[in-house]
Amino acid sequence: MLSPEASQPNSSPTPNPSPQGGGESTASVATSRGISAGIRIAPALAHNTGFSAGLRHARYILSENAVTGFAFALFLAIVLAALAGPYLVPYDPLASDTAAALKAPSAAHWFGTDQLGRDVFSRVVVATRLDFFIAVASVALVFLMGGLAGVAAGFFGGWTDRVVGRIADTIMAFPLFVLAMGIVAALGNTVQNVVLATAIVNFPLYARIARAEANVRREAGFVQAARLSGNGELRILLAQILPNIMPIMVVQMSLTMGYAILNAAGLSFIGLGVRPPTAEWGIMVAEGSAFMVSGEWWIAFFPGAALMVAVFCFNLLGDGLRDIVDPQRRT
Amino acid sequence: MTEAVPLLDVADLTVEFTTRRGIVRAVEHVDVRIAKGETVGIVGESGSGKSVTSYAVMRILDRAGRIAAGAVHFTGLDVRAASEDQMRNLRGREMSMIFQNPRAALNPIRKVGRQIEDVLEQHSQVDSSALTDKAIEILDQVRIARPRERYHAYPFELSGGMCQRVVIALALACRPQLLIADEPTTGLDVTTQKTVMDLIVELTKQRGMSTILITHDLGLAATYCDRVVVMEKGRVVETALSREIFTAPSHPYTRKLMRATPRPGTSLRDLLPEDESLYEARPPTATPTLQGGGKPTESAARSNGKSGAPLLVVEKLVKEYPRKGLGGFAKIFQRQPAPEPETFRAVDGISFTINRGESVGLVGESGCGKSTTSTMVMRLIDKSDGVIMFDGEDIGAIAAKAFAKLPLRKRIQMVFQDPTDSLNPRFTAARAIADPILRLANLKGRESVRARCEALARQVGLPVELLDRFPHQLSGGQKARVGIARAIALNPELVILDEPTAALDVSVQAVVLNLLQELKDTLGMSYLFVSHDLNVVRLLCDRVIVMRAGRIVEQGPTEEILVSPQAQYTRDLLAAIPHPMFA
Repeated sequence: MLSPEASQPNSSPTPNPSPQGGGESTASVATSRGISAGIRIAPALAHNTGFSAGLRHARYILSENAVTGFAFALFLAIVLAALAGPYLVPYDPLASDTAAALKAPSAAHWFGTDQLGRDVFSRVVVATRLDFFIAVASVALVFLMGGLAGVAAGFFGGWTDRVVGRIADTIMAFPLFVLAMGIVAALGNTVQNVVLATAIVNFPLYARIARAEANVRREAGFVQAARLSGNGELRILLAQILPNIMPIMVVQMSLTMGYAILNAAGLSFIGLGVRPPTAEWGIMVAEGSAFMVSGEWWIAFFPGAALMVAVFCFNLLGDGLRDIVDPQRRT
Repeated sequence: MTEAVPLLDVADLTVEFTTRRGIVRAVEHVDVRIAKGETVGIVGESGSGKSVTSYAVMRILDRAGRIAAGAVHFTGLDVRAASEDQMRNLRGREMSMIFQNPRAALNPIRKVGRQIEDVLEQHSQVDSSALTDKAIEILDQVRIARPRERYHAYPFELSGGMCQRVVIALALACRPQLLIADEPTTGLDVTTQKTVMDLIVELTKQRGMSTILITHDLGLAATYCDRVVVMEKGRVVETALSREIFTAPSHPYTRKLMRATPRPGTSLRDLLPEDESLYEARPPTATPTLQGGGKPTESAARSNGKSGAPLLVVEKLVKEYPRKGLGGFAKIFQRQPAPEPETFRAVDGISFTINRGESVGLVGESGCGKSTTSTMVMRLIDKSDGVIMFDGEDIGAIAAKAFAKLPLRKRIQMVFQDPTDSLNPRFTAARAIADPILRLANLKGRESVRARCEALARQVGLPVELLDRFPHQLSGGQKARVGIARAIALNPELVILDEPTAALDVSVQAVVLNLLQELKDTLGMSYLFVSHDLNVVRLLCDRVIVMRAGRIVEQGPTEEILVSPQAQYTRDLLAAIPHPMFA
């Protein structure tokens, strides 16, 4: 008796079944200026949960924005190269063949060969794994450090906020690349330290975004409700606040991936981090730059292009993800 | 005033929105005619298309929306065919709009006087030398005290009611012929609502303007409008004179709306539609049986113990906040001590009791300290002084932070004001309801928790198949039910209802209020019902406490307070509730 809305003859499980049989729900995604309150959407909500809905949503985003689809395809190619690169390439990336040194791109060597006769194409593809690993590892690390510190700062406020804020300020006071150089130089010339340096350099970005997002939700109704349900503050932070800011953090992670790759390549370009003869885009550009003047452009060009494509891909992907997460800000 | 040529003629208007699920018709075949000097109310619940209609008239639909069919004529001009230049000239000068949220409608970083000048300048109403004087004159007309000083005020320095007056001033600055007021008083207190509405009506009458009042409140529309247009799901279901609508509504939907609007003399059951079929189709377990972790004997015992010691005793409760303003360095450099005390008392020594099985209403306008009081009783914030005794235990002495994990937590729960805000957007309904069970109940195993959730869902009339939905996939009423299910999940003894229906449509409010009453009867809980709406409080509460500026003005049995209020403030509150004279 208490629920006319729930007791209509209409048996379809649409939310708020209405007497006219149409499922009713406000289409908050559809419009951008708050006029959405007055819109009913078609009764297509019957199977609106779970995996199929996710797929449909993804398909919608991709069809609406072809660029995102392109970026996603590019991303898959990069992941494939990172995972299976060594098994796909025609030559051993480290095997030198002085007879074939400094050959221009041809059918046998698509991207040409370098001064030691190594196949540039093989080296570019194989290097994906290392560069991708550095980017992913540093982004994961910075998410753990900066993201969690920022959420805690935004949620608890007070001293936590001050400490995290000042650490971020201190890091931002340095020219970031110089700071990264300093960290690697001081801690030792290893891949782990390149990852760490890249993570530290990105710390303020993550801490600030996470802080702002957590701060808005600090007094939200559902946080109060969680307190009433007997959740401790830490649990509220991790189980209630964090999942809510994850979408924004994922976007941020995708956008910083490109920067992380660039940073790692930059460090190896100046001789920090990864050392030759390991195949890595930064080193390859560094090595190839000596030959630019004499006309062997392909040694530096192709790893440089790979770098550019990777950064481009992550930035586009980040933009696309932001569209998915927050359609209101779509450009 | 000739009926032949109306000021605004909306004929067969259909507005479509292009969404990802295809084309949606927000407004279908709507006819509205407004004569010069007439005040017309457009009434409907959310999603009825009342706002979209007015946006179409002003042609400010957003990109996804378009007028698909029909015609809009304003003083003979075809709005659909008019150029954007013509429309820009029309908006503000010939027809203007008052928006729902006055703060959002004002530019926060511009002085209010300047904003009025902007409008005047835009439509070149006065020459630039006289702008300031004109703006001050307009501020004076909307009864802003000391307009010369307020000219320099920023919107954040003004109260909600003041901001709305400034918005009215903006809308009326160029003396338009048509004013569209879109929920102009939603979010304002009843007394402020009354002054704002009186002002709008007086000013528009004085200038012979026509007004469209868009509202969800039938009482408000009937009080201030000549004619009322009732909309439902994008269609006009009834158009009639206010008196006719109020005394003899002809359409079933209007009747349903009328019934659902709380008025003096109605009871809780009266709010529900008379349609008998709805009663039969009630959910199976809204019956007085408790499933899962429920203990019927305990709840029965509780309601029997009504005559015993009070459940909650609040004595001389105080909450002080530090006054904003000078702090830190500024304080050091200031020679003279500040004349005002350094703290502000949001709650100033209030005392009351709640007995077992009793519902008590806590009524007051925004800023009176009612929410602060309830949050303190809820042990979410710490008190400054006073005693909060719950069932003989001094819970006020326990720090709010430590309270969350105590077994006592189970016994005091809350239903929040905004059902959307109070549900974690990333939790399904089931997960939200299960949260307190997982934390505080000794219920082991996923199946038993799920079973308890389903039992609770049935108890609050939420279809079980909706449990796996996320909040954005639920309607307002369904979200409210989830919030209620979560609050009663632990069989609490005291539930604080913080304006639980403020964000809901009247028909949904009627259902939710009845649900709350039935749950109380079944489970023997006590309610502290916090609200600004005396008419709603009356329906659910045995006793009422009226608060103002942190103090209790008056308290007593509900009927006594409503029929013969002692305090002037209570009388003002009652008088401010919109009430058509002929009803």
